[in-house]
Amino acid sequence: MTPVINANNSDNKKRWSQAIAFTIFKMMSYAVVAILFLILGFIVTKGIGVISWDFLTLAPEEGMTKGGIFPAIMGTIYLVLGSSLFSFPIGIMSGIYMNEYAKGNKVATFIRIMTNNLSGVPSVVFGLFGMSLFVNTMGFGDSILAGSLTLGLLSLPLVIRTTEESLKAIDQSYREGSLALGATKLQTIRKVVLPMAFPNIITGLILSIGRVSGETAPILFTVAAYFLPKLPTSIFDQVMALPYHLYVISTSGTDVEASRGIAYGTALVLIVIVLLVNLLANALRTYFSKKVKTN
Amino acid sequence: MLTIDAKNVDFYYSEFHALKNINIEVEKNKVVALIGPSGCGKSTFLRLLNRMNDLIDGTRMTGQVLIEGKDIYAPGIHVDELRKEVGMVFQKPNPFPKSIFENVAYGLKVNGIKDKTFIEERVIESIKSAALWDEVKDKLNKSAFALSGGQQQRLCIARALAISPKVVLMDEPASALDPISTAKIEDLIHELKKDYTIMIVTHNMQQASRVSDKTAYFYLGELIEYDDTIKIFTNPTEISTQNYITGRFG
Repeated sequence: MTPVINANNSDNKKRWSQAIAFTIFKMMSYAVVAILFLILGFIVTKGIGVISWDFLTLAPEEGMTKGGIFPAIMGTIYLVLGSSLFSFPIGIMSGIYMNEYAKGNKVATFIRIMTNNLSGVPSVVFGLFGMSLFVNTMGFGDSILAGSLTLGLLSLPLVIRTTEESLKAIDQSYREGSLALGATKLQTIRKVVLPMAFPNIITGLILSIGRVSGETAPILFTVAAYFLPKLPTSIFDQVMALPYHLYVISTSGTDVEASRGIAYGTALVLIVIVLLVNLLANALRTYFSKKVKTN
Repeated sequence: MLTIDAKNVDFYYSEFHALKNINIEVEKNKVVALIGPSGCGKSTFLRLLNRMNDLIDGTRMTGQVLIEGKDIYAPGIHVDELRKEVGMVFQKPNPFPKSIFENVAYGLKVNGIKDKTFIEERVIESIKSAALWDEVKDKLNKSAFALSGGQQQRLCIARALAISPKVVLMDEPASALDPISTAKIEDLIHELKKDYTIMIVTHNMQQASRVSDKTAYFYLGELIEYDDTIKIFTNPTEISTQNYITGRFG
């Protein structure tokens, strides 16, 4: 006699555990979205009342309990631009070197391990390092230059990683196709590999901007001003910056209670900037991945 | 003068001895098919002829490969110069993410040709030689990715022809294509033979017998037999060759 499996019983059990598992997974992923909306909703409802044209275009007044946050917005923009000028070229070129020229060799592996370690360093340590090197040793003082370099260092691992991963995703057959036509390695990288990797690289770059614009610790000792109601005139000036301003008026302002509204307004502006930057990243990726296929 | 002349070629991937004392001579305007089971070294040999194996770390070659009398592994040879003379078509169609026109113009442009009228004439001529003109003449500025697999492969052939190579290497050019596209590629090889010397790797016995003048049978890194295709397929000297072409291979 052939052994009989009690099919009904085990089938039911299988289906039940499947149904339960999926329900849990689903609930968890919905919970993530819910938390995100909760935070956004909280900031928006608390901060929207403060937002006005004056809030966006005026300097803080009366011990930062009134007025706007214009210098902080501009300061953050300067720092993002400054750090990008530093980290994008260096990071992209390192990424190209690691994936296209030194692939798999010991140097590239060493650089990769080091950059991974670098990205694990707490941002306040970057701040301390920036203060020691750029502010003191190199004598830049508390300045946009010192702050940008520090933020640039912080985002460098992300830029290198993004570039390397984007290049790695390009199939080797495209490189061979180009080389087989008598193109040099540099021509192959410039005309075939980089254009194909560009949509992903640019997404990574913009995400790193989002990261940089929200960092507080690295600018704490290198550039950020507690209160500076005018715009900088050179790269050796200090600036206010959104994340630091938010920190200041929430913890050590002249009147923390009176500044509460402004704090939520500042948080809202910061979040909107980061969201816009992320949306821009998506739009550019879509745009360039369409473009790269046809021209 | 021989177009391809490989003398005592040995090739190693690190410790692995992939090609053992290979000697092959190919005359101008002939089609040579390289056959043999997977891993026998036929693709490795093909990629020696345009130095594509240079891209792989830890490889080593001894012996000599002459293309039109010139030692392509001699010091002072620039690989990009060599690859203009020896074009290649790959197993999987790999058009660039550019327009049809730009794909074919690419080889000319990277080799420093700027004359727009010349480029245009050469592109059209190459697409015609690759028997693709009628299908793409109205959409030269469309993306090459919009073409079918078979069309993409003929575009890759056009791309290789545009820089006027002397030799065209084909690494299983039809293995990813349907029978109709395959037939088109085979017809094309007959046409191209008039102007080019062709070496083709294939797993398809019928294809080898249909398109080639000479056939080389590789097994475990050795060139077992190299002779006229008709002889290989009707009366091979070696028992191993006979077993392989009749499908009795063990």
